[in-house]
Amino acid sequence: MDRIPILRMGRLLLVTIQIDLYDRLATNLETDLVQMVNKTEAKGVLIDISALSIVDSFMGRILGNIGSMSKIMDAETVVVGMQPAVAITLIELGLELKGVHTALNVERGMELLKEKIGNYDEDLSDEDEDSTE
Amino acid sequence: MGTDIAKLLQKKQKRILENWMTSQLSNISLREDLMSNDDLREQSAEFLDTLLKVLTEKNLSNVESSDFEPVHELLAGVSLSRAKQGFTPAETGVYIFSLKDALLTSLQTDLKDDQAGLLDAIIKIGRLMDYLCVIAFETFIKGREEVILRQSDEISEISTPVIRVWDGILALPIIGTLDSSRTQVVMENLLQEIVESGSTIAILDISGVAAVDSLVAQHLIKTVAATRLMGAECIISGIRPEIAQTVVHLGIDLSNIVTKATLASALKHAFGMLKLNVKRVETVKSGL
Repeated sequence: MDRIPILRMGRLLLVTIQIDLYDRLATNLETDLVQMVNKTEAKGVLIDISALSIVDSFMGRILGNIGSMSKIMDAETVVVGMQPAVAITLIELGLELKGVHTALNVERGMELLKEKIGNYDEDLSDEDEDSTE
Repeated sequence: MGTDIAKLLQKKQKRILENWMTSQLSNISLREDLMSNDDLREQSAEFLDTLLKVLTEKNLSNVESSDFEPVHELLAGVSLSRAKQGFTPAETGVYIFSLKDALLTSLQTDLKDDQAGLLDAIIKIGRLMDYLCVIAFETFIKGREEVILRQSDEISEISTPVIRVWDGILALPIIGTLDSSRTQVVMENLLQEIVESGSTIAILDISGVAAVDSLVAQHLIKTVAATRLMGAECIISGIRPEIAQTVVHLGIDLSNIVTKATLASALKHAFGMLKLNVKRVETVKSGL
């Protein structure tokens, strides 16, 4: 069965969707991704959908779900490279992907994630310092 | 009765054309600037010729007969070209009604001694010409509508430019009314430009929008949301006091959208988001 590969990069998970998602693939991705977040204790998920040209309400919901699920598992989600047509479709469908961050391309997405996780790291190190003192 | 109106008219074709031309040329609504007299004569002669050729005693009382198709086509062409050239409806009306006059005058002289025949002929010709006039107007208005449609297409095409005001900042001044189809064009242009230029901030300037109703606001909110999905931020600028009033009165919530009064303040805000700083250069006067 086809699966979307999930790459691990330090504390981030990278997902590049290169083919048009059909429903089964999308639900599999959702399951795999939350498993992966749990296993690797990832702090950020970056989903590149620049090759995705067709999107329906189900796919939009899956993207939103992934965002919300990662959020409660303490990982930030960034969706990058959305095509204009896809963005318009999602808006017309009334899906604004509230829990998900967005960025123009992978580069910007990485910066955004690092910023979010970086803050977290600082908090963490601050706490560590506090505890050692 | 036995008078063949069609034959009678066909015999007098030349005189009718002369009468028609004289009444057209003497009419105050003659537009020599739009069409030369020679062209007008040629057009009129062709029309009269076609009309009289298909006219028979039989189809005269049946105005919707398919025999008249060439006449209808020709008339539609004349009417359409007049609409595009900028003739007024009245001027096009005069064209047909003056022909009716000419036909009736001709019949009047020919059927001087046959009152009943004359009356019959007048009614029939009147009915035919009125029907032709209706067709002329219908095509005239259709022609006008085409012109209007083309113009509105042009307006929506040229009135949505996306401007790169700064590296990473796009501005989109919206002028006129925002309806669904225009919002679509605006949104597509903006999103496409965001992808191409890699901009992270878009400023929608609505100072040229005459009025904002709930539908327009809805369109604006959609555009902002789509921009956000692409990974860019959207600022709405040019909110005039009247627009602020209507928006609040309509109960539209714009609180989760960054709104600024002027394009300048929106640009300033954008600079802030990009951590840019605009400074005046101190001119150092040399002491020497």
